[in-house]
Amino acid sequence: MTNITLGQYLPGTSPLHRMDPRTKLCSLFIFIIALFMAKGPASYGLCVLFTAFAAILSQVKLKLILRSLRAIIFIVLFTAALNLLYTPGEEIFKVWIFTVTREGARIACAMAVRIILLVAQSSLLTFTTSPMSLTDGLETLLSPLKKIKVPVHEFAMMMTIALRFIPTLSDETNKITSAQKARGADLESGGLIKRAKALIPILVPLFVSSFRRADELATAMECRLYRGGEGRTRLHELKYGKVDAAGYAITVIVSAGVIVLARVFGL
Amino acid sequence: MIEFKNVSFAYEEGAKNVLSDIDLEIKKGECVAVLGHNGCGKSTLAKLMNGILIPTAGDVFVNGLSTRDEERLFDIRRAAGMVFQNSDNQIVSSIVEEDVAFACENLGMESAEIRKRVDEALSAVDMLEYRTHAPHLLSGGQKQRVAIAGVLAMEPQALILDEPTAMLDPRGRREVLDTVLGLNREKGMTVVLITHHMDEAALCSRVVVMHEGRIALTGTPKEVFSQVEKMRELSLDVPQTVKLLYELDSSLDLTALSVKECADQIEKYLRG
Ligand SMILES: Nc1ncnc2c1ncn2[C@@H]1O[C@H](COP(=O)(O)OP(=O)(O)OP(=O)(O)O)[C@@H](O)[C@H]1O
Ligand SMILES: [Mg+2]
Repeated sequence: MTNITLGQYLPGTSPLHRMDPRTKLCSLFIFIIALFMAKGPASYGLCVLFTAFAAILSQVKLKLILRSLRAIIFIVLFTAALNLLYTPGEEIFKVWIFTVTREGARIACAMAVRIILLVAQSSLLTFTTSPMSLTDGLETLLSPLKKIKVPVHEFAMMMTIALRFIPTLSDETNKITSAQKARGADLESGGLIKRAKALIPILVPLFVSSFRRADELATAMECRLYRGGEGRTRLHELKYGKVDAAGYAITVIVSAGVIVLARVFGL
Repeated sequence: MIEFKNVSFAYEEGAKNVLSDIDLEIKKGECVAVLGHNGCGKSTLAKLMNGILIPTAGDVFVNGLSTRDEERLFDIRRAAGMVFQNSDNQIVSSIVEEDVAFACENLGMESAEIRKRVDEALSAVDMLEYRTHAPHLLSGGQKQRVAIAGVLAMEPQALILDEPTAMLDPRGRREVLDTVLGLNREKGMTVVLITHHMDEAALCSRVVVMHEGRIALTGTPKEVFSQVEKMRELSLDVPQTVKLLYELDSSLDLTALSVKECADQIEKYLRG
């Protein structure tokens, strides 16, 4: 399991890869606001176009983006169906006790498009941003919250360490599993409860070793002069460049366009 | 550089002392090996050297600063860097260079200065080409060298290593040992190497042998290892070269630490 990939980051050199994580996070946020204000086919169309543009710019294979959408297909269908059937309004047709209305059809389509675009955009973010730089971006963006005593740095540090130890612990889980199997533990057969019970001999050693690791890591961090986020600098300072200016400009213009189309012209 | 003055230490109040009456001075530029069987207090000794543990009695001084002085603990830890046995539990970040930068980042240095130090530290352990790798994909020896680089980046005057090679295969051991001894010889770094391997200790300039929380023997490797019987009493081995000569004839000169010296001795012995 040493080749485990963290998150779904795909290294690359596209403009989206080179963009500062803060730009991507803020742009995503702005776009989501616009998306939820969209109303008619024109404003939704613009959102779809923008997402398609970002997808092409990211050079991520279409297949991969579709695969991340596959996971949510059930939710999309379910919300669409609910909206389709339970929205009152002008009747189009009626089957048994279900009535499909014009409003229902509209809302169902809108919901489906919203969810799909939302997930597509978020996956583009995680495809083009490494978990480390995502953490950095979040820490910097949220750092004003430190003023009201939100432990932003501590959360970011926790994320960093968690990311660092996921492969180590997954390796260790494999080792313990093999060791318990070698002692005759049966992990594959039996019902849910039996299998859950069989996990105890794996989880307990894993827990114990995690605590030992945490203790040693804390000592090692102290030895390397860690004393919290105060006065800490970074090897890779986040810096805005030309791509970021372009990124912000395009996102703001498109989002403004969507909002104007939807709220002023009602399209 | 590091000085123990009549130090005793117990983990809990009222418990038996793990270390008693330790007097030890480690001078600048020395390379000291600490030997002793399991549980004799070697790791405890190491942890006293940079203020992770504070003595129950007596004082430990680093560059003249007592480890009891909490205000100066930061300077003490900066001067005496510590590397532990399990490199996996010392690496903080998922990218090698960011991990090496950790100490510098904590010191609040400028990004360009950090870059310089990280590159220097990684070259010193010969790992520069791996700087953007993920630590969990490296071999044990490489991981341990990254851990050493992480400490070197804060430019300490002394490097304390607690069994850095214990989890490594012979090749990884060789890599780490060459790195550490190279730092001592070329850069004059003070090194304290805790080890179970007699051949590693034989390469240091001084050997300290511990027994039941006390210093039992100290001296140059030749002085210490030639006392084969005393070492056996302390349930410790001696390097194979010395052992061979001892088994041959215990009245021989037992100071041969390299294979060549050993061969010369045997030749002399055989010729009468
Ligand atoms: N955190 C602790 N709390 C209580 N007792 C401890 C603690 N750590 C170590 N000891 C005890 O202190 C003694 C010395 O331990 P230490 O780890 O210093 O030995 P060591 O020489 O490093 O052994 P090894 O060769 O196995 O690494 C042992 O008897 C051990 O049981
Ligand atoms: Mg130890």
